[in-house]
Amino acid sequence: MRIALFVTCVNDTLFPGTGKAVVRLLRRLGHTVDFPLQQTCCGQMHHNTGYKALPMVGPFLDTFEGYDAVVVPSASCAAMVREVYPRLAAGDPALAARVAALRVHELSELLVDVLGVTDVGAYFPHTVTYHPTCHSLRGLRVGSRPTDLLRAVRGLTLVDLPAADECCGFGGTFAVKNPAVSAAMCADKIGHVLNTGAEVLCAADNSCLMHLGGSLTRQRTGVRVLHLAEILAAT
Amino acid sequence: MRTYLGFPQAAAVSTMDSQLRANLRNATHTIRDKRAAAIGELPDWPGLRAHAKAVKDHTLRNLESYLEQFEAAVVAAGGQVHWARDAAEANRIVIDLVREAEASEVVKVKSMATQEIGLNEALEAAGIAAHETDLAELIVQLGGDTPSHILVPAIHRNRAEIREIFRDRMPDAPADLTDEPAVLAAAARTHLRERFLAAKVAVSGANFAVAETGTLVVVESEGNGRMCLTLPEILISIVGIEKLVPTFADLDVFLQLLPRSSTGERMNPYTSMWTGVTPGDGPTSVHVVLVDNGRTRVLADDVGRQALRCIRCSACLNVCPVYERAGGHAYGSVYPGPIGAILTPQLRGVGSALDTSLPYASTLCGACYDVCPVAIDIPEVLVHLRARVASGPGHLGEKAAMGVAGWVLRSPRRLGWAQRWAVRTRRFAPKRLPGAFGGWTDTRDLPRVPEQSFRDWWRSEGEKG
Amino acid sequence: MSVTSAREEIMGRVRAALADAPDLPRPQAASAEVPRPGQLATPAGKPGHTGPGDLAGRDPADAGPRSLVELLAERVRDYRAVVHVVAPAEVPATIAAAVRRQGARAMVAPEGVPADWLTPGVDWHRDAPALSARDLDHVDGVLTTSALAIAVTGTIVLDGSAGQGRRAVTLVPDYHLCVVRTVVPGVADALALLAADRPLTWISGPSATSDIELDRVEGVHGPRTLEVVIAVDG
Repeated sequence: MRIALFVTCVNDTLFPGTGKAVVRLLRRLGHTVDFPLQQTCCGQMHHNTGYKALPMVGPFLDTFEGYDAVVVPSASCAAMVREVYPRLAAGDPALAARVAALRVHELSELLVDVLGVTDVGAYFPHTVTYHPTCHSLRGLRVGSRPTDLLRAVRGLTLVDLPAADECCGFGGTFAVKNPAVSAAMCADKIGHVLNTGAEVLCAADNSCLMHLGGSLTRQRTGVRVLHLAEILAAT
Repeated sequence: MRTYLGFPQAAAVSTMDSQLRANLRNATHTIRDKRAAAIGELPDWPGLRAHAKAVKDHTLRNLESYLEQFEAAVVAAGGQVHWARDAAEANRIVIDLVREAEASEVVKVKSMATQEIGLNEALEAAGIAAHETDLAELIVQLGGDTPSHILVPAIHRNRAEIREIFRDRMPDAPADLTDEPAVLAAAARTHLRERFLAAKVAVSGANFAVAETGTLVVVESEGNGRMCLTLPEILISIVGIEKLVPTFADLDVFLQLLPRSSTGERMNPYTSMWTGVTPGDGPTSVHVVLVDNGRTRVLADDVGRQALRCIRCSACLNVCPVYERAGGHAYGSVYPGPIGAILTPQLRGVGSALDTSLPYASTLCGACYDVCPVAIDIPEVLVHLRARVASGPGHLGEKAAMGVAGWVLRSPRRLGWAQRWAVRTRRFAPKRLPGAFGGWTDTRDLPRVPEQSFRDWWRSEGEKG
Repeated sequence: MSVTSAREEIMGRVRAALADAPDLPRPQAASAEVPRPGQLATPAGKPGHTGPGDLAGRDPADAGPRSLVELLAERVRDYRAVVHVVAPAEVPATIAAAVRRQGARAMVAPEGVPADWLTPGVDWHRDAPALSARDLDHVDGVLTTSALAIAVTGTIVLDGSAGQGRRAVTLVPDYHLCVVRTVVPGVADALALLAADRPLTWISGPSATSDIELDRVEGVHGPRTLEVVIAVDG
């Protein structure tokens, strides 16, 4: 199976550890991973803020069509390609057909649905709580796949996050355009995280973790944030 | 009318109000849980929701013929139909009818349409007193306040605040009034009973209008609606043109969805249906005012028109994390919350600072779409409206930034350069950001720029495996 | 500006708005083979709606199949109404006991309420000629029949036919005693039997409000006490 990694522009620039973890994890499971260097960005930030993302669709297709699977360590970028690209391409049947042929999976979907593994052989002796990001929960509907994967990690204690399905308040440019509401939502989410007593907060989107982690370090809580891939890659 | 800059400015103030935050949190979480239980009882909620969506879409697509059919049916049943292009025309029709009846006051059933057109203010300016009879609307009216929720307009007030409003503003409030909800409701009953018995003219909205039969439907809880719809001689109903359903049988799906989605009940206490005039029972003069007021503009937008499916259940408000923190007043419209963020700018156009800020008053978390009984994809419409705002005047800094970002992100070479520049300058990265980004660093640390981007790592080591 | 011109203009705007919109057919009416969305499926897949069918099995609070009457009684009680399930022959005695318990002296019983339901010792008004709203405000309660009741939602529907009176008589007095003789499973079944040209009042429990902190309070403007006698043949 030819698997391509779409690492996303945010991870590429700010969180390379997540991309490295995906590569390490998939290789450990016996798969070959390709990283097409001409990849850039899916256009989500532009689209969600009201700017044209259609110019991003063609380059994305040129880069990733033909792979058996494209893995994305970001639920929101996976949702952009899977949910929004078909809408952007709706007026152009040829483009729409190419979009429909893409096989894009968020990391937990690739592992559980495509590769058929739940126990990835990881070891991570810490107490972890998991925040299901909005795009994984309501966009992609990944359900219990991430927590099933975490539960199978040796040494890991998974604790439930109260009000887990509530948005953390990041919302891309929302955090910049509506800082007061964003900060209030963040504070409530952080309160729930601290109540769990977990050492690590895990999620499938580094953008949400950047927002929550920025608040956790500002408040010197000692709670770390880690992308799902980094825990699953740990041994 | 309060002066209004934009949602972020209003929300920055309201999120600091801890009493408001507590009131909203309690109320929205209570009703959220009730709704989930009531919806969970339905054997096929997704099917029912898809059917309701399809019925509404079909009706809107054939609106002209259904409006004609509705008008003919109302007239055949002894009612009169009036048409209003905008709020001013609707208000003028009502004022003329009240004057013709030689009445100086009207009793009112809670109605979003009359709030939207500013009927109470218009009546007051014409020397006609409008008495709101819904308990929450009464609280809002006596408090000199504006509603902050579609279903529970006084959701921002707790019992102690309501007791104070009644004691200060309700002339016949008992001296020993406590803050028990039952006691407060009893005070409202006594206060309004004489109004109901004396009223000559009532004004209502309608939840549904049946094209086939000319039937209007009002869904309510307290019985104030029944009082208004039954006791006065003259009944004037203000109905948005999107309220139509094709047939009487089509009410099935909506009467199942609306109460469960709004109050979390299997059925609301009272639903009234009437068709024109019934001799010997109820008003002898029945008027329907069909209102456009921007609805045809919404109808013309192939993405935005789905907002006209809305049945005003307010489920989207109750699950919205932004509404829960900011409160309804921050939306500066009679339609607050997620549905307001897509309906208000469409009805009014994205002209003002407020209306251009509303499409951004959401994290696009999708909770609103999940609970909507007519499957309005609110995030999709929000993004669509953002594109309209972004293509309009202003936002020059943002446009420039988005332009540069797009230019960088369209090319792997340029992205690589940008990353290497960020790495080289990482020591100088500020801890606090200036200008529009300052809101971020007030409460959060910025992530540290790593020593090497992923693509540089891949090129140097990753590829080797 | 005439009213006609507003009508023409709005219709023109509607036409223009939809000029490019694709046609959307009317959604398929529920077929006999497939249960309506959200509605009940009868055990044999019959569209006859003779019982609560698979709804009973899906209700977590439920332990097995029940009759429609039991379901109705439970759901009306959920709204904190007083409910009696009796044989039709027991209706007069049930009414007599209810009126006595309520302490009602003056009651309205619109034309069409059977004479043997009118408990002696109570001052019964037949609303013929019609009482004024103020008169109605001074009676203790009202006794009526009903058009039908909906089991799943616990709803009683009045359509103003004989025994039910005009809408005001079941609204202004503070106590409503209502006899139910026909029960249907769901909302669609009710709509199929009701006539749209009659004024309809759907009642699900006593008047209530949740406007103060979403705390439900029974009784604002409508009758604060609803008492229901369910007496279905067989």
